[in-house]
Amino acid sequence: MNPSQPLLSVRGIVKRYGGLAASDGVDLDVATGEIHSIIGPNGAGKTTLVGQLSGEIRPDAGQILFDGRDITTVPTYRRSALGLARSFQVTSIFPRLTVLENVALAVQAHAGHSFVFWRPAAEEERLREPAREALARTGLERHASSIAATLAHGEQRRLEVAMAIATEPRLVLLDEPTAGMGPEETRQMVDLLHDLRRDTTILLVEHDMDVVFALSDRISVLVYGRVIATGSPEAIRANADVRDAYLGEEYADG
Amino acid sequence: MPKITPGTLGAVAAVALLLALPPILDLVGAPFYVDVATRIAIFAIAAVALDLVLGYGGMVSFGHAAFIGVGAYTVGILSTHASNGTLLFDGALPIGGTHSALIAWPLAVLASALVAFFIGLVSLRTRGVYFIMITLAFAQMIYFFFVSLETYGGDDGLSLWERSSLLGLDLYDSTVFYYLVIFILIAVLVFCRRLVGARFGRVIVGARENERRMNAIGFPTYRYKLVCFTISGAIAGLAGALLANQTEFVSPSLLHWTRSGELIVMVVLGGMGTLLGPVVGAIFFLLLEDVLSELTQHWMIIFGPLLILVVLFANRGLLGLLRRGTGNDTR
Repeated sequence: MNPSQPLLSVRGIVKRYGGLAASDGVDLDVATGEIHSIIGPNGAGKTTLVGQLSGEIRPDAGQILFDGRDITTVPTYRRSALGLARSFQVTSIFPRLTVLENVALAVQAHAGHSFVFWRPAAEEERLREPAREALARTGLERHASSIAATLAHGEQRRLEVAMAIATEPRLVLLDEPTAGMGPEETRQMVDLLHDLRRDTTILLVEHDMDVVFALSDRISVLVYGRVIATGSPEAIRANADVRDAYLGEEYADG
Repeated sequence: MPKITPGTLGAVAAVALLLALPPILDLVGAPFYVDVATRIAIFAIAAVALDLVLGYGGMVSFGHAAFIGVGAYTVGILSTHASNGTLLFDGALPIGGTHSALIAWPLAVLASALVAFFIGLVSLRTRGVYFIMITLAFAQMIYFFFVSLETYGGDDGLSLWERSSLLGLDLYDSTVFYYLVIFILIAVLVFCRRLVGARFGRVIVGARENERRMNAIGFPTYRYKLVCFTISGAIAGLAGALLANQTEFVSPSLLHWTRSGELIVMVVLGGMGTLLGPVVGAIFFLLLEDVLSELTQHWMIIFGPLLILVVLFANRGLLGLLRRGTGNDTR
């Protein structure tokens, strides 16, 4: 057990779709400061879990605690205000806005209300300065004034991360940040996540096992809507159940 | 100092042209066209209002004529009571009518804002086609409400005995009324321009582009869209108040669903999400309607194909076409 209270604590959440339990009593603890990865075969319920953590899907049963507070029924936008940010598996940006505008919007969401009708947002340094910082951290400052849709795939994935960290979250939920990336782009993303861990906790849902084992402090394995094992990368590698259920299967698939 | 760009020059030229229009029309011996220009400017105000929700917010409201109607009827009803000296509400706190623009017009804006707020409250829970259908359904309800409102003329409508009075201006003078409407149109344009560039506008555009992402980064988009819809309805109501004064007549036909469709056509034709585009759209639509309907009663047969051509070949509307033509394509 953790000596201190976990930052995120999932207690027995259940989500059923008809007869299928996509989450079948998921338990998960994410400690402050760690990179915690969730792995599992396709159909294990990762997407459903992410949906429930971000607030887009409401669990049928169970509890989600963030920093000790029950957020099970808290809407998405308020979870963001509490410090829970996310990126999306399928790139989700504002394609027709500039890269800087994309990130500035994320900053704006956390810089007071937006019922401001007269003062131009483009002149608010309070929005643009933190946005530029987030772009610098993600290596996108060169593209600040490009239209987001024109970025390369890997750059758009990093823009996703930039938007997440611009909200100064305490926990970032990254849903397959390396999806569809080539080796070079993947390496850049791993470097970026290494850098991020200095000031935020990361919950990583990832398919690329090299990425998972290179970054994770702990790994939880999700199979058929349940966490069958949680532990250090070494422990997970050595775990016979995990090999049977997942790592072995991948082997067979390959 | 603001930079002097082709855009600024264009704006200055356009304003100068608008201001010089009445004397020019006088000069060419067609002073009655001032009334046509006024009518166009009034619809331009409503089209700009619709552009806020349609162009910037991506919310296809098929019920904006209802807000024009509510604004017009507010002025009409208040004016009727003032003219025949009856009370609007009888009771502990009797309220009479008024001809004063400073009271009636803000009330028209308030009434249409309220109606827009409650329609938005329900319809903004839906998306896409459902949103279109629900706004249409609400507008139809309001249409039939006024049709069955026998006290105020029902189907036949309501004639205003007097135009509103405003600070000693002679609103019966076509030129004075024209300048007043142009002043309001410009004020509305400036307000909307600031609004879309401010934080509020960014949220509205963000919700159009990717609402799911907006929620994820922490915006309660629903309430911003609701405020946007309400502001838009309020401005449309102001247009209604002006229209009632110009025609000195209000009737349910103002709220007919085809009117809502015409407003959408003006916005799309002129260029969505540009504010100036809907003004161009209103000019083009109403002038063409005027000219073509003199040729044939079935003027839509000519207008329809024209509309299709614009939508197919000028995806940023007539304004985009104009800007390309003058080498002033800013985006």
